[in-house]
Amino acid sequence: MTPSSTEKGILRYSTFSRLNHWVIAITFVCLVLSGLAFFHPFFFDLTALFGGPTMTRILHPFIGVVMAVCFLVMAIRFFKVNLFKRHDIEWMKHIGDVLSNRDELAPPIGINNPGQKLVYWLMVMSVPLLLITGIVIWRPYFADNFPREWLRVSSLVHAYIAFVAIVTLIIHVYSAIWVKGSFRAMTQGRVSRAWAKHHHRLWYDEIVEQERQEKAGNGSRTGAVNEHHMPTKGTS
Amino acid sequence: MAGLAPTYGRGAMTNAWTDIRNANLILSMGGNSAEAHPVGFRWVVEAKEKNNAKLISIDPRFTRTGAVADYHASIRTGTDIVFLGGLINFLLTTDQINHEYVKAYTDVAIIVKEDFDFHDGLFSGYKQDDVRTYDKSSWSYEFDESGMVKEDPTLQHPRCVYQLMRKHYSRYTIEMVESVCGMPRDQVQKVWDMIAETAAEDKTMTILYALGWTQHSVGAQMIRTGAMVQLLLGNIGQLGGGVNALRGHSNIQGLTDLGLLSNLFPGYIRMPSHEEQSFDKYIEARAKQPLRPEQVSYWKYFKRFHVSLMKAWFGDAATAENDWCYDWIPKLTEPLYDVLHTIERMKNGEMTGYLAQGFNFLASFPNKHKSIEALSKLKYLVVMDPLDIETTEFWKNHGEFNDVDSSKIQTEVFRLPTTCFAEENGSIVNSCRWLQWHWRAAPPPGESRPDVAIMAGIFHRLQGMYRDEGGVFPDPIFNLTWPYSNPEDPNPEELAQEYNGRALADLPSADGKTITHKKGDLLDDFGYLTDDGRTACGCWIFSGCWTRGGNMMDRRDNSDPYNVGITLGWAWAWPLNRRILYNRASARPDGTSWAPEKRLIWWNGERWAGADIPDFPWTSPPSAGAGPFILNQEGVAHFFGGSMMAEGPFPEHYEPFESPLDYNPLHPNNPAARNNPAARVFVNDRAQFGTSKEFPYAATTYRITEHFHFWTTHARLNAIMQPEKFVEIGEDLANELGIKAGDTVKVTSKRGFIRAIAVVTKRIHKLQVEGRTVHQIGIPIHWGFKGVARKGFLTNTLTPVVGDANTQTPEFKSFLVNVEKA
Amino acid sequence: MRGDQINLQNIVARSATTEPSPHVREGGVEKVAKLIDVSRCIGCKACQVACSEWNDLRDEIGHCDGSYNNPADLSPETFQLMRFNEYVNEDGNLEWLIRKDNCMHCAEPGCLKACPAPGAIVQYANGIVDFNSEHCIGCGYCVSGCPFNIPRISKKDQKAYKCTLCSDRVYHGLEPACAKSCPTGAIMFGTKEDMTEHALMRVGQLNDRGYANAGLYDPPGVGGTHVMYVLQHADKPEIYSNLPRDPQISPLVDLWKGITKPIMSAMIGLTALAGFAHYVMKGPKEEPEETPDEDIRREARKEDRL
Repeated sequence: MTPSSTEKGILRYSTFSRLNHWVIAITFVCLVLSGLAFFHPFFFDLTALFGGPTMTRILHPFIGVVMAVCFLVMAIRFFKVNLFKRHDIEWMKHIGDVLSNRDELAPPIGINNPGQKLVYWLMVMSVPLLLITGIVIWRPYFADNFPREWLRVSSLVHAYIAFVAIVTLIIHVYSAIWVKGSFRAMTQGRVSRAWAKHHHRLWYDEIVEQERQEKAGNGSRTGAVNEHHMPTKGTS
Repeated sequence: MAGLAPTYGRGAMTNAWTDIRNANLILSMGGNSAEAHPVGFRWVVEAKEKNNAKLISIDPRFTRTGAVADYHASIRTGTDIVFLGGLINFLLTTDQINHEYVKAYTDVAIIVKEDFDFHDGLFSGYKQDDVRTYDKSSWSYEFDESGMVKEDPTLQHPRCVYQLMRKHYSRYTIEMVESVCGMPRDQVQKVWDMIAETAAEDKTMTILYALGWTQHSVGAQMIRTGAMVQLLLGNIGQLGGGVNALRGHSNIQGLTDLGLLSNLFPGYIRMPSHEEQSFDKYIEARAKQPLRPEQVSYWKYFKRFHVSLMKAWFGDAATAENDWCYDWIPKLTEPLYDVLHTIERMKNGEMTGYLAQGFNFLASFPNKHKSIEALSKLKYLVVMDPLDIETTEFWKNHGEFNDVDSSKIQTEVFRLPTTCFAEENGSIVNSCRWLQWHWRAAPPPGESRPDVAIMAGIFHRLQGMYRDEGGVFPDPIFNLTWPYSNPEDPNPEELAQEYNGRALADLPSADGKTITHKKGDLLDDFGYLTDDGRTACGCWIFSGCWTRGGNMMDRRDNSDPYNVGITLGWAWAWPLNRRILYNRASARPDGTSWAPEKRLIWWNGERWAGADIPDFPWTSPPSAGAGPFILNQEGVAHFFGGSMMAEGPFPEHYEPFESPLDYNPLHPNNPAARNNPAARVFVNDRAQFGTSKEFPYAATTYRITEHFHFWTTHARLNAIMQPEKFVEIGEDLANELGIKAGDTVKVTSKRGFIRAIAVVTKRIHKLQVEGRTVHQIGIPIHWGFKGVARKGFLTNTLTPVVGDANTQTPEFKSFLVNVEKA
Repeated sequence: MRGDQINLQNIVARSATTEPSPHVREGGVEKVAKLIDVSRCIGCKACQVACSEWNDLRDEIGHCDGSYNNPADLSPETFQLMRFNEYVNEDGNLEWLIRKDNCMHCAEPGCLKACPAPGAIVQYANGIVDFNSEHCIGCGYCVSGCPFNIPRISKKDQKAYKCTLCSDRVYHGLEPACAKSCPTGAIMFGTKEDMTEHALMRVGQLNDRGYANAGLYDPPGVGGTHVMYVLQHADKPEIYSNLPRDPQISPLVDLWKGITKPIMSAMIGLTALAGFAHYVMKGPKEEPEETPDEDIRREARKEDRL
């Protein structure tokens, strides 16, 4: 869908989802920047972005809690659409084609492709771990209540998981840049029918089918049917 | 101290802190030297490191001293005489004594009166009426025609001191020690064997004791038993030897030196009793003449000391014609006006006012309830103290810590804040008799004033009242000399010079050819004192502390030319800057040293020379035969104490007045010999003694390093180091009673109760005594209801009112309590 | 008078710093050490008071917890304390083992390794490890890094505190306050060489007195320490109130703060670069045409594959 297009496209992300996503995105970036400052001395000067080293230490965990809460909401809402399906395996076999922009050779896929699902599951694993380990080492509120061995394990796990999360984030962000038309889904909520048909054929087919039924049956809930949490049918 | 003077002649630590490093064996008993004297304990550690010395700790508890000791043995509190008496028996029967020393330097050969006897725990002369008394006339020697004692150098005479001592202690078998002290036999033997090794001429043991011996109803006799052991081993007057009385207060030695005991004037001048109305008889009784030929018997010069003191006090008013104001000085109607006696009188309404200066009356004396009752009978109480102490609020209700009804107490209390030692110049006399000058470090806060200024103010007010209003017997008040530059605040330098003494006339030398001191000169030492009023001296033993050469006490030269820990250029020690008392005994009778590593002083052919100032006439050759114990009439040290001790010439074990045993195991069938027969017990106090049925556990009180009495609970740092009152309970008993570390427990005696945190420890264990189990409880004395530490009960709520028969020092170390979970 | 205020050329190691610190003084400055001879110690706590006085520390007036340990633990206001342990030895005899617990000033300090704030923890040429409160951010990583459980974070200012070995006194040629105050000479201070020599002499004496396992505690696992103990039972350091037998910086801390972090940092950068490279090499997935002929496109891409 080109900007000049008059077609209204398909609603991929509701307003709430988009806002929630961007809160997570912003807090996550803040966490990355502030966390990296303590991750390695190389990044220490990033503390300047947060009002100095001590203020960075104070803010980081609070930002983390905000992120984790928003993420929890998102994770629940997006849970079902990120369950892996059999066709995802077929698609994965064609990952080379996908990476090389030969999307036509990949089998049709549902509302999320396995790459997106992988991002979801990595984050679903990472964020709670970061939250728990972060709380254990959170001063001055909690750390004194834990044995030092717990602090050590938590610090280690927090750092390693943060690494995983950061790499995941980079892939996630790059994918949005790489796949034209997707960024708009998260800003304005809608994608072009062609984009949907091209990247998520099974989802697109469902939408079409739904529209057909709606036409036949006086149509209702038009706005909601495209939302992510609408169940997608598997292609068995 | 009362045990040392009757044995050696002087009631003072025999050696010096710095000398402890020369010891081969250190016996810490009757004291917890590491805990209570951590700074001086440095020399114990030095002895261990530099001299490969061993340290033995004997204590009811395993203490901080035990933590660094080579051997620790637990003992039942109050039974030290049994342990030491057993040791005497062991040394005599196994013949592990320094024969040459004992024969030459002690009284073993002297023959005792025929009617002297000891039977079933009591010495001859015992009378039991309302009050138990001793007629001491039989506790003496046999004399020849010339007034000298009879002796048997062969030691075979059945009544020579040696044979009597041997017989007396033959009852103190190792089985008896094990059973009475609760110390397993192998431990007793181990300690005895270690001690016996120091009978060797090149080995010395030093004994460190403190209030763990003093504060018993038989405290002075415990000290004496230790002193006797040291004589048998030949360890007195020697490098690394001695019986070292460790003083708790930094200046408590100064207190006794300056006569703050109620029966003494400065310099251990015994005050007259009301029966001594004749000046000449008063002098005669004290100017002790030698009882053996050629002996020094230094007290023979008593008149010089006394007359010079009177000249210092009354100046020109003291003349030969008025017996040097003898009629002006008070005569005692009691042997002692000690605090227990004072509290009794106060309680009986016999006193109207009281000046409590330099102690925390309420906290420091036994049976707090009696103290409160006594203080409540006063019209006024004046407290002179740098701190806001409990005594000043004895009338105030502090909850269960001081549960009194203020409305019933009419005593008016005045607080006079005084300066602390660091806020004024002056000298402090340490344990080993060193007078060390110190300088004011900080200005006194608020309205506080030096004690001397306060006393001067009271004196001037009194003098004015006598002048203006008249009064009975004003002479001593009007004629007291007051020659100070600022009469309202005599300065410490002037007082020190007054103690040192001055010539009041030109003093000629012995040959009369020269003048040694011009009129007004400070005296060089007490050797220049005269008995005819030409000298004035405020404390004869201090003479030499501030001479024409200046203040000897502020010297700080710690050079030690013989490398034996004797630093004659550091401060000044009484008497005459001697550092080790009786040091003549560091040499054999012939004047040579016992061993090369024990060389202290020796005869160089012309005079006595060496590292220390000889405690002996400098030019008296060994051939003259004078003994090293120059204060004793016999010139030798006493195993036989004569009539100097209240309860008998030889120390005998008596049970504490509150004891888990209701009989004396040495005299099980003689109730009269259960407790010290010479101890003074007031009727009401006797009714306040508990029995082992109601109060099954033996308790002992003590101090801990982190605190100094009741002062430092006012200091934040000390309060941080030990914030809260606790008692120590052995694991055995704690398990029995279901008490865990950190629990609050209630400790009760017949006289009251306290609550405190339980420290449950392996360091106190149950003892097997006379076939039964005895548990001991440890109760630190610190904490009260004032100060910055956590509020607590005063330990002396629990303690019984009975003192040592000689000194009346309260029996704080042995009494009975019950313990329960609070 | 600590941290950056002392001549900066004395600082030979600095937390969270990748570049080398000045090392010119290393040959000239002798390493110092405090030697605590446990066999001479009577547990009087004079050192504790002296420490509080010199460092102007006043902890809370606490409670008796049923032991002689007071305060009960190290705190931001208690840099050191005596720990008392009642130990019954093999012969059934009681020993009261009293250990002065304080920062060991490791040659390879775990706190410094863990600290993320540049210069908040420094090591001087003489071996002293010091906290510079000005740079401390209060994260508490030093607590995790320390093998001896020493640093404490203040509730008042959220900064980490521990014994400084009186670096200010030592800098001016004085011994630490604790050593100055020790009445029995159980705490000594000097060059590490001298202290080691003295300690070995003491160990020999203790051996002669029957302590067959006496020894010097200078644990190699942390590169040695600048606070050392003479122990009567060096074979069982844990009986001294849990003195670690073989202290080392926890492997977890090594994993956390070791080589993995620069590797991970690089991987993060590489990931971003890989994305960029991919974009350059393969280009974006362009927005699909509104009415694409899917069949034609599929055929075209098949040709692309070849």
